[in-house]
Amino acid sequence: MSGVIQGATGPWEMVIGLEVHAQVSSASKLFSGAATAFGAAPNIQVSLVDAAMPGMLPVINKVCVEQAVRTGLGLKAKINLRSVFDRKNYFYPDLPQGYQISQYLQPVVGAGTLVLDMEDGTSREIGITRLHLEQDAGKSVHDMHPDRTYVDLNRSGVALMEIVSEPDLRSPEEAGAYLRKMRSILRYLGTCDGNMEEGSMRADVNVSVRRPGADYGTRCEIKNVNSVRFVQQAIEVEARRQVDVLEDGGEILQETRLFDSRKNETRSMRSKEEAHDYRYFPDPDLLPLEFEQAWVDEIAASLPELPDDRKARFIDELGLSPYDAGVLVAEKEVADYFETVAGGRDAKVAANWITGDLFGALNKAGLEIASAPVAAKDLGALIDLIADDTISGRIAKGVFDAMFKTGRPPGEIVEEKGLRQVTDSGAIEAIVDTVLEANQHKVEEYRGGKEKLLGFFVGQVMKQSQGKANPKIVNDLLKQKLGNPGA
Amino acid sequence: MSLGLTEFTLAEARDKLRAREVSAQELGEAHLSAIGSAKALNAFVVETAERARADAARSDARLAKGEGGILEGIPVAMKDLFCTEGVVSTAGSHILDGFRPTYESTVSANMWREGAVMLGKTNMDEFAMGSSNETSHYGPVRNPWRADGDNRDLVPGGSSGGSAAAVAAALCLGATGTDTGGSIRQPAAFTGTVGLKPTYGRCSRWGIVAFASSLDQAGPMTRSVRDSAIMLRAMAGYDQKDSTSVDVAVPDYEAALDRSVKGLRIGIPTEYRIDGTPAEIAALWDQGIAWLKDAGAEIVEVSLPHTKYALPAYYIVAPAEASSNLARYDGVRYGFREDRDDLTEMYEATRAAGFGAEVKRRILIGTYVLSAGYYDAYYLQAQKVRTLIAEDFKNAWDRVDALLTPTTPEAAFGIGEKNDDPVAMYLNDILTVPANMAGLPAMSVPAGLSARGLPLGLQVVGRAFDEETVLQVGRTLERAAGFDHRPTPWWRDQP
Repeated sequence: MSGVIQGATGPWEMVIGLEVHAQVSSASKLFSGAATAFGAAPNIQVSLVDAAMPGMLPVINKVCVEQAVRTGLGLKAKINLRSVFDRKNYFYPDLPQGYQISQYLQPVVGAGTLVLDMEDGTSREIGITRLHLEQDAGKSVHDMHPDRTYVDLNRSGVALMEIVSEPDLRSPEEAGAYLRKMRSILRYLGTCDGNMEEGSMRADVNVSVRRPGADYGTRCEIKNVNSVRFVQQAIEVEARRQVDVLEDGGEILQETRLFDSRKNETRSMRSKEEAHDYRYFPDPDLLPLEFEQAWVDEIAASLPELPDDRKARFIDELGLSPYDAGVLVAEKEVADYFETVAGGRDAKVAANWITGDLFGALNKAGLEIASAPVAAKDLGALIDLIADDTISGRIAKGVFDAMFKTGRPPGEIVEEKGLRQVTDSGAIEAIVDTVLEANQHKVEEYRGGKEKLLGFFVGQVMKQSQGKANPKIVNDLLKQKLGNPGA
Repeated sequence: MSLGLTEFTLAEARDKLRAREVSAQELGEAHLSAIGSAKALNAFVVETAERARADAARSDARLAKGEGGILEGIPVAMKDLFCTEGVVSTAGSHILDGFRPTYESTVSANMWREGAVMLGKTNMDEFAMGSSNETSHYGPVRNPWRADGDNRDLVPGGSSGGSAAAVAAALCLGATGTDTGGSIRQPAAFTGTVGLKPTYGRCSRWGIVAFASSLDQAGPMTRSVRDSAIMLRAMAGYDQKDSTSVDVAVPDYEAALDRSVKGLRIGIPTEYRIDGTPAEIAALWDQGIAWLKDAGAEIVEVSLPHTKYALPAYYIVAPAEASSNLARYDGVRYGFREDRDDLTEMYEATRAAGFGAEVKRRILIGTYVLSAGYYDAYYLQAQKVRTLIAEDFKNAWDRVDALLTPTTPEAAFGIGEKNDDPVAMYLNDILTVPANMAGLPAMSVPAGLSARGLPLGLQVVGRAFDEETVLQVGRTLERAAGFDHRPTPWWRDQP
């Protein structure tokens, strides 16, 4: 995947903008007191307002507004002290009111930015156009009956943040990086759980192509894509389709399309002419949303350290490489885990254990950091055991595996298995002597200048000590007994 | 049964109930009986006799202990736009067939809490859209009043026509109405009753079927200004379930009634002298001015220059909001449905059969004015006009304390007379609509009879949340007019 498509007539550049729909983390819905928990039985979490019973009125949930403001602050965006809720009118059975309450001309959050960390270590700023609050619709269930549709209103009225980017993205990779970064920020802020499988985060993808440096082409909007991978695939196939159309002398029509991940293609949903006329107008049941700058300041003061700042700190204060720092801050839980492990220890060593052994083991076991069997304080203790020469680095790998399997602390494992390093130089010297004795002609070769045989001797000694001999002592003793190579 | 029991005002009945001179049950039975013999008026959609008896028994028990709320034991009728728990609530529409809410509107709940006895739900124009009560799915309401020497049926006005007729015919001591463009005041004027539209935000809209959210306001319909004051106090109050409800203390309105208007400045808006106003309406207005002057008020000519744009702007804003508010009546969750295999066909068939012609007309107008390409020219422009109208009133309040105008440009007209001409029908609201557009309290008080012997009303408009001055001026007019005419009960035991 790359942002440039080599067509038959020359290169084409992709231009991508994303509209992320992020479910606000809140106990109750945007305009009603009904619960929002995922996985409830159908139509259990529905208030009279959500079902649009006659005479019912919406009342704004302050928590949702606070979450939107918090998100806006996290995106370094302009917070609008006055915004307006509008009605977006259309008919559908899972939209009980016959309109969605949204924000159209005056959103609660204005322009902001999101910094993309690219694989090559560079970073790029992507413009955020706006963030607004809106209600989610219910869910139409088409597969429960051959010719009937069922409606589940549990989601009806749940608060969403629609976060719109500028058309600043130039490749599927960038789109993926944008989504991952957005998810990371939202999770740091605690404003959305970012769970794409449960539908807490979905994206509408706007794609167009152009000759490098030319004006924007006509875009198509791919609706409701629900994973990072699908977003990237959808962009790839849609851009390719557009290039094919253009190179065949055709014209791109502005339209809404659907991505079919099974067939790996996008299909037209409705053209611009067929587009709904949503007849937006200010919702007369709601007053304009107004709040004080002081309230915004209060929220700003309670903001956690965000991934960009944390990354900078990991680099500047802990001496991590930009790459390691980036990997560690992406998930708040990982960064928190790392900070516990690294506390009072060598940060680079901690980073290596986490990005290497821990991630490898988690990956293999299909686990998330939150359910890692090795507690952060235990991983820290393991590092301490190496640092104070209780065990060797090699032994430590085995101890880690045992920790991962059993969840037990490293000290117990070391004691139980008798893995404590041998630092008694007398005992080690005996082994060294045995090894040198058994390999007389190799000793000759070493002394004759074949210096790299030292490793062989170390290996033999370690083997005989079942890995428990302190490698430094082994080295020192060997060098002492072998004398200078080539001497 | 004594007919006299239905002839009290609400205030008189309250005093007699408290003095235990009458019981709530006697009073309730008298009104149920009156309703039973007034079928010809078609004022009620649902009668709730059992409920009324239970309510009255409860009230008697409270009154016996010397307890009871503001409306304890008072038999009232509820406009069928209010959702009432367990009682069919139709909004006068076929599309809400059989709809029984599981909840109670805030205003009706407030009234029950204050001890009111529910007689039933009153007929109304479908979704409160109409000025004659002829758009109801349940048929037109007949005005208890008839012109002298003429047996033809007249409209009671609308949309709260059933409530107005029930109050005028003494079928209840008071009834709720709602007023979006005059739906309380115009029928009050047509039936010789008192109708008060409070300040927007004074009464909660929660549980009232919405017509035009930014204009709808519930209010009392009664036979006297005092009754209006008593009933409003029970209905009003801040409700956190309605975001447009305003948290302002509800005063004892009754206490304001006997304040003198001496020194009050009453504005006479020049622009309300509309060409073609019948002479008798103009004369009534002049009479009202004279009464207030005699009572010591200062009369001031004022200008409300944007008045002439109020009606056209109203007929953009109200249908726009209605077109969206009525989208929920789609046959999916409740009420009437025309089953079809295809979703779009189901929507179309349900709404085609479920809504009447006037409602469809307004949905179409509203959809049109909100459409891409027309929004700016219509809806946005109308909102600007609305702001200007509100400013006109604001400017007037620098100079006067209340305004006096006629309520309607004419007296009650015949059933069927204006059905072919929607614009002629809409013109009925020309004097009442501005107060809705500005959200101001306004009241119609019966002030005299037309040459044909039909009631005519005068309208008092006040500052936002100053219902007290409106009631005070209304009481002064009432006292001066001495309006004690009652319709001849031709309807008794008529089919």
